[in-house]
Amino acid sequence: MLKLNHKHFFLLPGLIVLVAIIIFPLLFTLRVSFSSWDVVKPGLDWLGGKNYGRLFVDMRFWEALTRLSMMAVGSVLIQYVIGFGLALLVWRDIILKRFVRVLFLVPMMTTPVIMSVIWRTILHESLGPANDIIQLFGFEPLTWLSTARMAMVSVITVEVWQWTPFMFLLLLAGLLSLPNEPYMAAAIDGAGPFRTFFSVTFPLMAPISIGAILIRLIEASKLMETVYVLTSGGPGTATETSSYYIYIRGLRDYQIGYAASLSLTYLVIMIISLTIIAKVLTYKFARN
Amino acid sequence: MKTTYLLLKYLAILLWSSFVALPFLWALTTSFKTANGVTGGATYIPWLQYEPSLEGWKVLVRTGGQGIDIVAPYISSVVVTLSASLISLALGTLAAYGLSRFSYRLGFVKNSDITFFFISQRIMPPIVLAIPFFLMLQFLGLLDTIAGLILVYVALLLPIATWVMVDFFNNVPSEIDEMAMIDGCNPIEAFVRVILPNSLPGIAVGGLFCIIFGWNDFFFAFTLTFTKTQLLPVAVVALNSSVTPWWSLSASALVSVAPLVIIAFVVERFLSSGNMAGAIR
Repeated sequence: MLKLNHKHFFLLPGLIVLVAIIIFPLLFTLRVSFSSWDVVKPGLDWLGGKNYGRLFVDMRFWEALTRLSMMAVGSVLIQYVIGFGLALLVWRDIILKRFVRVLFLVPMMTTPVIMSVIWRTILHESLGPANDIIQLFGFEPLTWLSTARMAMVSVITVEVWQWTPFMFLLLLAGLLSLPNEPYMAAAIDGAGPFRTFFSVTFPLMAPISIGAILIRLIEASKLMETVYVLTSGGPGTATETSSYYIYIRGLRDYQIGYAASLSLTYLVIMIISLTIIAKVLTYKFARN
Repeated sequence: MKTTYLLLKYLAILLWSSFVALPFLWALTTSFKTANGVTGGATYIPWLQYEPSLEGWKVLVRTGGQGIDIVAPYISSVVVTLSASLISLALGTLAAYGLSRFSYRLGFVKNSDITFFFISQRIMPPIVLAIPFFLMLQFLGLLDTIAGLILVYVALLLPIATWVMVDFFNNVPSEIDEMAMIDGCNPIEAFVRVILPNSLPGIAVGGLFCIIFGWNDFFFAFTLTFTKTQLLPVAVVALNSSVTPWWSLSASALVSVAPLVIIAFVVERFLSSGNMAGAIR
């Protein structure tokens, strides 16, 4: 049925490797999620859908999921606005253009967990520079990591620091590839900078913007490492994301069976919601 | 009006630059401190505010059982990142070329579905794969080894490599390969002799992305290794324990992120020369 020829030489090695490394673990996880595998009794017994019943009423899981959605959408939108702004700033000629562009790119190249460790020392309430600097401007010292709301702000700040450069990179690459003609037409019509931005740049950038936002949303939906280092999900569970909660259940409490059902549910919800977001964004803004 | 606008523009650039530079500058100054320089509150300027010392940098190299040894994890990280990137890039380039030039069909599965399958792996949260990977590597006897990590990182990086390369090849006119085949090459020869040499910018961008994501991964390195093998991010984060020596923590953080900062310069070069636009969309 399947006749092997030269074209399979190209595709098959990669495809087979990927299928072997991804599909087997996924099927295995599916099977494990119907078992009671835990630290006391490791093994594949048959539990039926009990794990799924349990997660349905596990408020901590649903709260983590809601929190993750807010953090992901919030931080990605901030990254988009700042990233677009920065790309516009260095798009045309400015002094030290190359240096500024490199500097703006640097955070995305650095290891998130390692930079989070540094951020933790910065946000240290008595010994870190964050409180020192804001006191210089006359503000009261803040409880960066020890109260629920500020811990959330801190995590989002670090995420924005880390990933705005990625948004910046995609949007700047987009800006640099825009055609010149619409701008000449706008200049002939006497359009000011704001008018030019809203009726030329922004619409032309819509497809690239949507792509960039989707890529970042996909990455942000896995948010966990920043949280792990900065707050360990705390205070309490105030910054716990889905991945981090599953990590605690699976690899800390060793409830493998239950964690498997949590992770599959999480995966399915992510796929469905990201697909809907992708469809809506494409339909609304990139129809032409 | 014009000057106000320029002033605001450079003010914004300055503000964001300071925000970006803050952690690096802070780590740099902290790395020269000792316990005295840290526990008195935030200090910034050596000699003026604290007495600088090389203590934080010295302990990075283990001498006579003393220190924290960052050298072995560094070498492991280089080996794992480069091997996994090379394998992913090779497999990804081949697959991408195939997907961009030939049509495959298996039942209802078409090219676009296969491409989507590759790219969609980026959606997969690492935590979903962590437990089965753990058991799979245990079964293969590859837990806590370099080889096991390379295997896992290929799964992580192959989708990125394929994605970048599919897009790149879609922008390379197929007349080029047709010309080569008219000259008597078979498709494989055409690929090796004509396409590959002309695809170096795309391959470079793909490789850079593989290196960035490979070098910076923490989660798999953290869950799949224990004592024998340790990668750099795990070694650095391990310093973030109860008694935190901020000076050696900062020094090790700086040497860990330094090689990738160089990549920022390379990426900027591609961006300016216009090679990025086609390669990452």
